Amino acid sequence: MIKITDLHKSYQMGKNVLHVLKGINFTVNEGELVAIMGSSGSGKSTLLNIIGMLDVADKGTYTLDNIPIKNLDETKAAKYRNQFLGFIFQSFNLIKYKTALENIALPLYYQGKKREERQIKALEYLEKVGLKNWASHLPSELSGGQKQRVAIARAMVTKPKVLLADELTGALDSKTSAEVMALIQKINKEGKTILVVTHEEDIAMMCKRIVHLKDGIIIEDKIITQMPASAHV
Amino acid sequence: MFNKDNWFEIFDTIRKNKLRTFLSGFTVALGIFIFIILFGFGNGLSNTFQKFFNDDNVNTIFIFPGTTNNPFKGYESGRRIKFDNSDLKTITDNFDNYLESITPRINDNATVKYKDKSNNYSIRAVSPSHQYNEMTIMMKGRFLHEDDITHKKRHAVIGRLVAEDLFNNENPIGKYIDGGGHSWKVVGVFQDDGGDREERIIYIPYTSLQKIKKNTDEIDQIILSYKPEIGYEGAVEFEQKLEKFLKNRKDIDPRDRGGIYIRNVADNLKANQQFASVLQLIISFIGIGTLIAGIIGISNIMVFVVKERTKELGIRKAIGASPRSIIAMILQEAIFITTLSGYFGLIAGIATLSLIGDTLEKDYFITNPYIDISTAIGATIILILFGALAGYIPARRAAKIKPIVALRDE
Repeated sequence: MIKITDLHKSYQMGKNVLHVLKGINFTVNEGELVAIMGSSGSGKSTLLNIIGMLDVADKGTYTLDNIPIKNLDETKAAKYRNQFLGFIFQSFNLIKYKTALENIALPLYYQGKKREERQIKALEYLEKVGLKNWASHLPSELSGGQKQRVAIARAMVTKPKVLLADELTGALDSKTSAEVMALIQKINKEGKTILVVTHEEDIAMMCKRIVHLKDGIIIEDKIITQMPASAHV
Repeated sequence: MFNKDNWFEIFDTIRKNKLRTFLSGFTVALGIFIFIILFGFGNGLSNTFQKFFNDDNVNTIFIFPGTTNNPFKGYESGRRIKFDNSDLKTITDNFDNYLESITPRINDNATVKYKDKSNNYSIRAVSPSHQYNEMTIMMKGRFLHEDDITHKKRHAVIGRLVAEDLFNNENPIGKYIDGGGHSWKVVGVFQDDGGDREERIIYIPYTSLQKIKKNTDEIDQIILSYKPEIGYEGAVEFEQKLEKFLKNRKDIDPRDRGGIYIRNVADNLKANQQFASVLQLIISFIGIGTLIAGIIGISNIMVFVVKERTKELGIRKAIGASPRSIIAMILQEAIFITTLSGYFGLIAGIATLSLIGDTLEKDYFITNPYIDISTAIGATIILILFGALAGYIPARRAAKIKPIVALRDE
């Protein structure tokens, strides 16, 4: 599903050049649930951003479902993001003046789907994350866990090839984290490819594979025995 | 642009961000409102001006006697020139080609009484054609007739305010008023656009006044109107010939600048028009200034709005909004709000102007303030365009920001 070879990325920090990714080689197959781990500054978020087409690499190749991702202009990147990827952020990034349902429907709006269709689909996904009764609530009226579940529904609604989660439990307590991870595991079980960036060991243990980054290179890549999140609830 | 769904999205955003909508809408509405009011007042000022100076008919020439400056033909300088009835006749005889009508005017004032009320008024003793020169409008009854002149009748035509003062609600026509110890029959009531002063006047036949004043034939000034077809050039020529003729008749040095004064309304009109155009220029300047202030206001708000929405725009981009759709969304929203509120400002401004109407005429010299509908709409469109432009620049910048930057937690 994802194939990355020899990926480099550096940032200009004043006069210094910060070499964040120093040759990443990385493959993810369909249906995997991968945790990308590392301490802050290891380059894990940068890697996720490049995979998510929110950022571009300096060097290296990246193919997503056999489509080479290169020379993207903003318009094309936006289209690919919308079609192939779903994002889940640490700070949820819901639009604060839109209801849960409207937030979930928004990616479909950018796909040019009809209003009725958007409503139906959004409601379907809202139900999937167990928040059907919260459809008309604003994000400010939802708890952190609920917000994140809305964000997950929004990421899922376009049926993306890959789900990208950046510290999705970073703003949640451990019980809520486990609930959210249980949802992630459930979605993965249904066949969705998911990448989770985290620095928390127990979150990583709930995935099927852990990729360890340190100073811009992969130092460890291992398949693990998945810990069911429900055990923590 | 005309996609129904886009508009749904925009209305939704507008509905859920009331303060923002109100602020930008209010700025535009206020800008247009003030523009229309100021421009309208400017026009009102210019109207008052026109009315004030165009009180007299254009093809009118006033001739006043004065005092000579130069000794001439054995006369010493400082001699007072006087006109009398014979001057009227010679002018009529000699300038038939140019002349349309001629009237003398004798100025006087008198205490006028009716029943228990009395007041002091200016009296103008004239002949019937004076009505044309002063553009006197009859409200009731009639102006003086030739018959009044030839028979030296004690008839009076009183101004609107004279009638108000003396008669209250009574109909003055046919009533007798007392003036200078004589009784005068009121035959007409007039109004005049020249202002209150012009409506506190009483017109009487000049022959009647001369008879009362021991049968003198002196007159204070001569007012004549020339045939309009001779045009401005012809009028100037007429004026020169007239001056030469009268100076010769009254034995005044042709180079003497005193003795006789001739005022041609057409000359005044030219100067007045120049003044009016300067006034118009000042008005336009005020208008443009207001508009620029409005443009700056809406630009500031647009920059602020886009800044405030940076994160939201980042989210939209992350989930698949193209830069183009981001710009389109902001622009459509801005144009919609400014158009709607601009329209409100426009209607409010025009309504206020028509409500004000002539109420400011007396104290503030603003008559019938108005604004060309095309000027008002033009100003609104300019404000909308600049509002859109002011939205476009930050919107384009926001659309260019990488979503990862926009989403970064502060």
